[in-house]
Amino acid sequence: MSGMVEKRGRGYWLTHVGLILGVLVIFFPIYLAFVASTVDQQEIVRPPMPLVPGELFFANYREALVSGVNAPVWRMLFNSTVMALGIAFGKITISLLSAFAIVYFRFPMRQAFFWLIFMTLMLPVEVRIVPTFEVIARLGMLNSYPGLILPLIASATATFLFRQFFLTVPEELAEAARVDGARPMRFFFDILLPMSRTNIAALFVILFIYGWNQYLWPLLITTDPDMNTIVMGIKQMFPSGDDIADWPVIMATALLAMLPPVVVVIFMQKLFIRGLIETEK
Amino acid sequence: MATISLNTVRKSFGKAEVIHGIDVDIADGELMVIVGPSGCGKSTLLRMVAGLETVTSGDIAIDGNRVNDLEPMDRNIAMVFQNYALYPHMSVFDNMAYGLKIARTPKPEIEERVNNAAKLLQLEEFLTRRPRQLSGGQRQRVAMGRAIVRKPAAFLFDEPLSNLDAKLRVQMRLEIKQLQRSFGTTSLYVTHDQVEAMTLADRLIVMNEGAAEQIDVPIRVYEKPESLFVAGFIGSPSMNFMPASVPDEGQGLRLDSGINLHSGKLKLGPHAKQRVTVGIRPEHVEPAEIADAELLLTVNAVEALGADTLAHGSIEQDADGPARTNFAARLPGNRNVSHGEKIPLRILDGALHLFDGQSGRRIADS
Repeated sequence: MSGMVEKRGRGYWLTHVGLILGVLVIFFPIYLAFVASTVDQQEIVRPPMPLVPGELFFANYREALVSGVNAPVWRMLFNSTVMALGIAFGKITISLLSAFAIVYFRFPMRQAFFWLIFMTLMLPVEVRIVPTFEVIARLGMLNSYPGLILPLIASATATFLFRQFFLTVPEELAEAARVDGARPMRFFFDILLPMSRTNIAALFVILFIYGWNQYLWPLLITTDPDMNTIVMGIKQMFPSGDDIADWPVIMATALLAMLPPVVVVIFMQKLFIRGLIETEK
Repeated sequence: MATISLNTVRKSFGKAEVIHGIDVDIADGELMVIVGPSGCGKSTLLRMVAGLETVTSGDIAIDGNRVNDLEPMDRNIAMVFQNYALYPHMSVFDNMAYGLKIARTPKPEIEERVNNAAKLLQLEEFLTRRPRQLSGGQRQRVAMGRAIVRKPAAFLFDEPLSNLDAKLRVQMRLEIKQLQRSFGTTSLYVTHDQVEAMTLADRLIVMNEGAAEQIDVPIRVYEKPESLFVAGFIGSPSMNFMPASVPDEGQGLRLDSGINLHSGKLKLGPHAKQRVTVGIRPEHVEPAEIADAELLLTVNAVEALGADTLAHGSIEQDADGPARTNFAARLPGNRNVSHGEKIPLRILDGALHLFDGQSGRRIADS
């Protein structure tokens, strides 16, 4: 970026001071949580709150990971990972296939089906939660991974996104593949899927975080602590009665819960940007 | 190697019929060009042969086998598209090999065929590149290569050169012709460019509004256009048309502008008293002495092309003749033409084309 005009002087420094202040404000609570996860219970409840990390980092995190409060945190992390990956891959698979059907095949009521899918945008999980619970309960899927994943697996947004992308793929490409002898699914796997990989990467980031942050649904259908996901698990760690909350462990859990989405964003961002640079249309 | 025959092929989109029954037999190894203005149905016709559009009625046969209901891949054809339609995420090699891979051709054979095609098309050094790293001409070659490696019974070209610049177009035109000759593969080529059509074709189909106006070798289409449309479409600048009538005695022609023309060898007898349209190509007149001239062209626009000079203007019998008629003449490039000049013109022998005033069909040939 050597061609860019470099801005020096007061404005330059002011901008940076502003940015750094902003970062500090946003990071302060996270820092506090970190500090809280490295000290013991007494230090947290006694005012003022400590601002310097203590010495119990390893002890607290080990306790969180191995035993936790209701369930070990590694178990909840694992559950969350399964759920988030299941939702992300499931949503991508289903949306790719339905967008493929809607764009490339002529079948009766095609447009009607598209609008039906599109209308489900207006029905988020919270709106349909009671009937969905009923269905999942009757299918015997409470406290199970399918129960966590399946109800959240259809995505109108992703379908719409892939539909718009497929519409920009020149029609001649499908025709060339037809002349080359590719049957529809072959065209889908050999041509359409590789061409969509940038979109898939971007969606994966969004959908993984969506799945990871699910709160209400896991809270409803997982009664067994071993099936808790981490985001709702944190809430479950708060004591119900007069018990004392184990704040260091809770804070360690909260920080652990933040890590996977951060990793996914950082890792996928590279892929995402590479995909953008290699755009080939 | 194959023949392609179309038997009263029709196509309708909903209630609108866009192809009104086309009959043509393409011989083995022949390069048939379909030419016509945009919207005449030429691409639709090609796509029906390819199997990308269904046939509403009539039959299409490749090598004598009816292919109406076959998928494109089962018709043993290869197609070159206007925008190349290369797979953007595949290398040049993979683009060319894709059809063979699907056909489960053994790997060594795929490599051999692709490498041979690449050599032929001078693409060897680009085999690992992606299409977007290639120029327009190279992409066009890859599209050709993809067609060649399949060794199909027929090539179908859908305006393959229209995305290239003028110079490259001339070059690729020659290459396509040479390739087609050396392979001897039956080809159907769609274009709206009449120069491309004239230079490439063994035979031409001139299409207008979903019907074949004339099917013939290029030079016949130029010399004996069957209809007003063909006469106006083939040749640049287009043929001059003048409404006229045949006098009672069937001798000579009287243009509506009042000019009388000698009818030469045209057999006007059967057309006495009939309304006709007279056609004269711009290149079939020459400057002459006033005494020999049949037309007097008043120039109002000049296009000096170097080799030729095109003079556009109007003709009249004399200065105060009645209606004026637009007329273009192609004159030798070394002749200076100035705006407003009056040039006496002589019509070359046998240069008159006569078309029925109502149907527009060619009449009165000698």
